[in-house]
Amino acid sequence: MNMYAAPRRRLVVIGNGMAGMRTVEELLKRAPERYDITVFGAEPQVNYDRILLSSVLAGEKQLDQITINPREWYDANGITLQAGDAVVSIDRQAQTVTSASGLVVGYDRLLLATGSRPIVPPIPGLNLAGVCAFRDIADVETMIAASARYRRAIVIGGGLLGLEAANGLLKRGMSVAVIHLMDRLMERQLDHEAARLLQTALDERGLNFFTHAETEEIYGEGRVEGVRLADGRDVPGDLVVMAIGIRPNIDLARAAGLDLNRGIAVGDDLRTSDPAIFAVGECVEHRGKTYGLVAPLWEMAKICADHLAGDESTVSDYQGTVLATRLKVTGIDVFSAGEFLADETTDEIVFRDPARNVYKRLVLRDERLVGAVLYGDARDGGWYFQLLREGKPLGELRDLVIFGQGFAGLAAGKPVDPAAAVAALPLAAEICGCNGVCKGKILDTIAAKGLTTLEGVRSHTKASASCGSCTPQVEALLALALGATYAQAAGEKPMCKCTTLGHDQVRREIVEQGLKNIPAVMAGLGWSRPDGCHSCRPALNFYLLIAWPGEYVDDSQSRFVNERMHANIQKDGTYSVIPRMWGGQTSAKELRALADVVEKFNIPSVKVTGGQRIDLLGVTGEQLPAVWRDLNAAGMVSGHAYGKALRTVKTCVGSEWCRFGTQDSTAMGVALERMSWGSWHPHKVKLAVSGCPRNCAEATIKDFGVIAVESGWELSVGGNGGIKVRATDFLAKVETEAEVLEYCGAFLQLYREQARYLERTAPWLERVGIDWVKERVVEDAEGRRALHDRFLYAQRFAQDDPWAERTDETAVPAAFRPLATVG
Amino acid sequence: MDTLLDTTDWLDIGALDAVPRQGARTVVTGSGTIAVFRSLDDAVFALDDRCPHKGGPLSQGIVHGHSVTCPLHNWIIDLDTGAAAEPDEGCVRRIPVRVEAGRILLAVEIRS
Repeated sequence: MNMYAAPRRRLVVIGNGMAGMRTVEELLKRAPERYDITVFGAEPQVNYDRILLSSVLAGEKQLDQITINPREWYDANGITLQAGDAVVSIDRQAQTVTSASGLVVGYDRLLLATGSRPIVPPIPGLNLAGVCAFRDIADVETMIAASARYRRAIVIGGGLLGLEAANGLLKRGMSVAVIHLMDRLMERQLDHEAARLLQTALDERGLNFFTHAETEEIYGEGRVEGVRLADGRDVPGDLVVMAIGIRPNIDLARAAGLDLNRGIAVGDDLRTSDPAIFAVGECVEHRGKTYGLVAPLWEMAKICADHLAGDESTVSDYQGTVLATRLKVTGIDVFSAGEFLADETTDEIVFRDPARNVYKRLVLRDERLVGAVLYGDARDGGWYFQLLREGKPLGELRDLVIFGQGFAGLAAGKPVDPAAAVAALPLAAEICGCNGVCKGKILDTIAAKGLTTLEGVRSHTKASASCGSCTPQVEALLALALGATYAQAAGEKPMCKCTTLGHDQVRREIVEQGLKNIPAVMAGLGWSRPDGCHSCRPALNFYLLIAWPGEYVDDSQSRFVNERMHANIQKDGTYSVIPRMWGGQTSAKELRALADVVEKFNIPSVKVTGGQRIDLLGVTGEQLPAVWRDLNAAGMVSGHAYGKALRTVKTCVGSEWCRFGTQDSTAMGVALERMSWGSWHPHKVKLAVSGCPRNCAEATIKDFGVIAVESGWELSVGGNGGIKVRATDFLAKVETEAEVLEYCGAFLQLYREQARYLERTAPWLERVGIDWVKERVVEDAEGRRALHDRFLYAQRFAQDDPWAERTDETAVPAAFRPLATVG
Repeated sequence: MDTLLDTTDWLDIGALDAVPRQGARTVVTGSGTIAVFRSLDDAVFALDDRCPHKGGPLSQGIVHGHSVTCPLHNWIIDLDTGAAAEPDEGCVRRIPVRVEAGRILLAVEIRS
């Protein structure tokens, strides 16, 4: 046993951002014992993922979700973190740094990872309240706070950063103007045509664009009131975000006398002009180029770590990075890589599908792919990027390359299957551009660590952990590695064979992309079959009905027969008819009408149901309209006993008759049924109201159960009879009937909005947890009222009796009678 | 006179528009009900209105692509061939049908 450890050297890192900490992580992998590490960060937080600030702004992530390394990580690795204490000077002779608080720390090796600063043009008004950049957590907090108090935002800069800021502010409910100096958006990534499509799409979302617009002045008294443009136009606003661009932060390096151009000059070994000092990230200039995206940072981090680790036999040199860009705006797919503008030495292959808003331009030089711009369908971005980096002549692929990897594979006799596309990639193919993770690394890690989830891959490899746009490929690799077990492990399976998306994802996209009918969903989300299947169509019909009440027109051809015929098909092809009996009450008039109908139509069987109603069995399809007409005439309406809908509200007789009854449970049940009848749900929904804790109405095995007690009503949810009996979970106790109605409407609406189609309340509740439901229905009074309001609003369009609609005509409606009778 | 059929004739059973897209209508004949389907791409198919599994009314199923799903137990029948999708096994009789000038013509057996 070696009793001596080599004395540790001292590494000081200036900059607690993504590039600095990634370099430290890579170094710890290579030589965990080599250095005592001290990290200085100007921001008070631990290390976080700056790329995801736009997701935080857009409300898609919380701040605590973007931390890369928590404080425990620093402690566990023996790293001294000086957060919120910026380094103010470097003494290269003494090899020390001095911080703002006066701390002096010596180093053997110094790593500069000072990042970049927002470019701020010299215009008046920059000091007004409400003017910020889009660079760090403090900026995002400023923007979020402004969005809560003010209405109008102005973003200066129509590049990647500016558009992500604008999108985030729009999502936070502000009206947003984007001021851009150039003639087109994202001019460093997009050609004119893609930029125009992007601008149109963002325009439709509500962004207002001012292109060719030079900002002359930000004006206001104390707080910003607007921006004046050089051409005299005036753009009013309460928040101004400067997102023009970034420039390397080189002040410290300049003061220390290191060689500089636009950035800190480094060689291929990422060393500065002082051999003891390295630099990585956005602050460096390498071979005349500076970088503002994340992929080059990761490459630099690895190479710098090689050199810091000191094993000269394995070190590689930094060659520069080919860049690919994706815009992180949900629902807008934009990809750009390499040389995207053509010149006299290049050829172009262009694909346009204006109806689908798809545009692709590939730029070729000497038969090699050197650039790509994709708009509307960027699924093949990773593949093009791979081809671009390989730089091989395309050969026969040239004829097909524009149609994407799937089609190129199809022409070669392979099936079009996104999983197959990933399977076909070489092991060295980069899957995650943000973190520089290749396919082989992901597959190896899945096998070595026994990973089964996306989260597992993210935490072990960092693949898809940053911008997330490679998530489908990572999931495809998981599926490839694990086979069918992955789908179960992942929790949310694809809706059906027509799509790779799960129910929750489809619902989100319906709302976010504003998809308003089934063909739009299928086209927008890339359904593999033009009109889906019997499994996804009813689900989509329901999701659209819930997302766009009063607007979406129900597609009867996507309804299961029972909901199309408004009767319950039986095993012999006849139907059963169950009229609604409000709260289980009926009358002589209704019973007489039922008896008459049974005799008139020779209905073979009459049965009392478990839900306190009467079922007429054996009615033929052709008889249905006439049966309904007679029942309607007696004032009866459809009981929806056939549908994924509100079924019965079972009651006991309650305090009106029962000597134990504490409240009028029958009247409560009738009120609940009057409020909720006609509503569509992911699955059937049953209610019950019992007048005392003896619970004769069996409220504790209903989707929403109400039990009266002396001092009010106890509400419980998520029960069912059925194959797997489940008793309800207690939700809340309320005092008034109005509260019962509000809680019930809110709960039903939450279920309608959140559960997957064909998921009853019981499994849904077990999936999301009763606490989650309580947070929304019980603890959040405002949220509860909003849910209840949405339920009532949707009910305005749902409470039409389907029987009445179909019995108005004197003749039997077409759907119920044969087209012809022959022979 | 129960005899052999001696000729096939094309019988006009109604307008194409009388059958909803992604839907079906029935034709009642002396020897059972026929389901006439119309797919999203306006192809028309005629099959016996009986699922080979338990006799479910295929005309009431959801039509997707050139297939229909039986409303009773979700067997999927290929409208082009009449065959049940695997792993189920069975076949539904198809009846020749065509569309001319917006009218659906069904090949029916005329008995002598």
